[in-house]
Amino acid sequence: MTAEAVAVAPVGVPAPASALSESALPESAPPAGPAPTGIRATARITARRHGSGATVLPVLEGEGPLAVRRIRGADGEARVALVGAMSAPLGGDRLTVRAAAEDEARLRVTSTAATIALPGQRGEPAYYDVELTVGQGAALHWLPEQLISARGSDLHVTTRADVTEDGVLVLREEQVLGRSGETPGRLTSRMTIWIAGRTLLDQELSCGPGAPAGWDGPAVLGGLRALGQLLVVRPEFTEAPVQPCMLGEHASLTPLAGPAALVTAVARDGLAVRRVLDTALESLMR
Amino acid sequence: MSRAALLVLADGRFPAGGHAHSGGAEEAVKAGRITDAATLEAFCRGRLYTAGLVAAGLAAAAAHGMDPLDLDAAADARTPSAALRTAGRKLGRQLLRAARATWPAPELSALAAARPRGAHQPVVLGLTARAAGLGPEDAAYCAVYESVSGPATATVRLLSLDPFQATAVLARLAPAMDETVAAAVAAARRALAEGVDALPRASAPLLEIGAEAHRAWPVRLFAS
Repeated sequence: MTAEAVAVAPVGVPAPASALSESALPESAPPAGPAPTGIRATARITARRHGSGATVLPVLEGEGPLAVRRIRGADGEARVALVGAMSAPLGGDRLTVRAAAEDEARLRVTSTAATIALPGQRGEPAYYDVELTVGQGAALHWLPEQLISARGSDLHVTTRADVTEDGVLVLREEQVLGRSGETPGRLTSRMTIWIAGRTLLDQELSCGPGAPAGWDGPAVLGGLRALGQLLVVRPEFTEAPVQPCMLGEHASLTPLAGPAALVTAVARDGLAVRRVLDTALESLMR
Repeated sequence: MSRAALLVLADGRFPAGGHAHSGGAEEAVKAGRITDAATLEAFCRGRLYTAGLVAAGLAAAAAHGMDPLDLDAAADARTPSAALRTAGRKLGRQLLRAARATWPAPELSALAAARPRGAHQPVVLGLTARAAGLGPEDAAYCAVYESVSGPATATVRLLSLDPFQATAVLARLAPAMDETVAAAVAAARRALAEGVDALPRASAPLLEIGAEAHRAWPVRLFAS
């Protein structure tokens, strides 16, 4: 399918109460004003358990810059790779990926390369929404490559996952602020996870030029340029929650208030973050 | 409402146990991220716009009369660090004890019964403000001020920082505190219509990681 540049009709959003509420509490609706021209594209992946025990993919649709490919799976698990078909997201783009593992299905989604947020022609923000659902007894592994926030870009990333009581979710999110030696762009990233309709985790990080002051300081990122999180939701953690511990100078493992564990790592570069998350993933899935 | 009640509640000498917590400053001092007044200010600014904003939103929503148990769950979801959830509930339990003696109210007793091991401190703070006849903005001001006064006071002890300089840091943060309160109160108003998902959820990775590092120390001056 080819990318279609569409004019988005202005959508009214409530006026922010102050500069802070605008920056700290971004609305996920596109901003009002002159109609931005950007790409709107949605990729859809649905994994379903087949009678044979295998997982099939009744829906596997890419669009525009979001191409999806089925890759070789294993042990009843279907695997899909997101393939960067063009440079995106650029300012003004609105990309959405929806991935669902239906009851008893097992799905693993990876990507073939890092995603680079780039500025658009008119400085408009871009939006990248990821919506994940995990059914009864299903497992979804969402393991994309890093998101790199390039100079001048302005990206809002929203990741939402809805997991049933006995579903398994493994979710990795890594952000690198600026390419090598580059000033980062503006990046706002919200992650909301529900288990059986209850909010397990709701957090948002805002960084880069124009973010609320202090983002680069000793309480938030301390001048470090790479951040990663690994969330593991497993029913086993209800009975046996993980013990909190340190995984490096700026990395920790903590149980959440539910059947889940979260690793948070901050480091000088993306490689150092990945090393921590890889080691943690291995021990958490044991 | 009595304006003086706000001073009673916001007073650092209010017996709610806050003086035993550094708000992450003890770990940041040891790790070399806070070394003087300038780095203390940067630390406090980051804490204000993250943990301070989240606490103020929860406190304002509780003062509005939103269900404290829903808000307590929202506080859990906004506090990934287990060490910070434990500290928040401990502080909440101590504040609730002081509040029930100071401004007795059925809502405070009900929360104590529902959460015997303690509800999150900002939720208790909002409910306490309500019991004291104060409003959502007052509750948000208390939360925001605590979010920076704790680390500033702790740093005076940890670094032998000049107390005048620490107080000057707080004074310089005053406009940012006003801004944070306005954002928190606006979000709490939205939450009344849209539910707790509308409340602020700003995170500070180094505060969360640092809290876990601090919890594991064998000897420490502050509880968190």
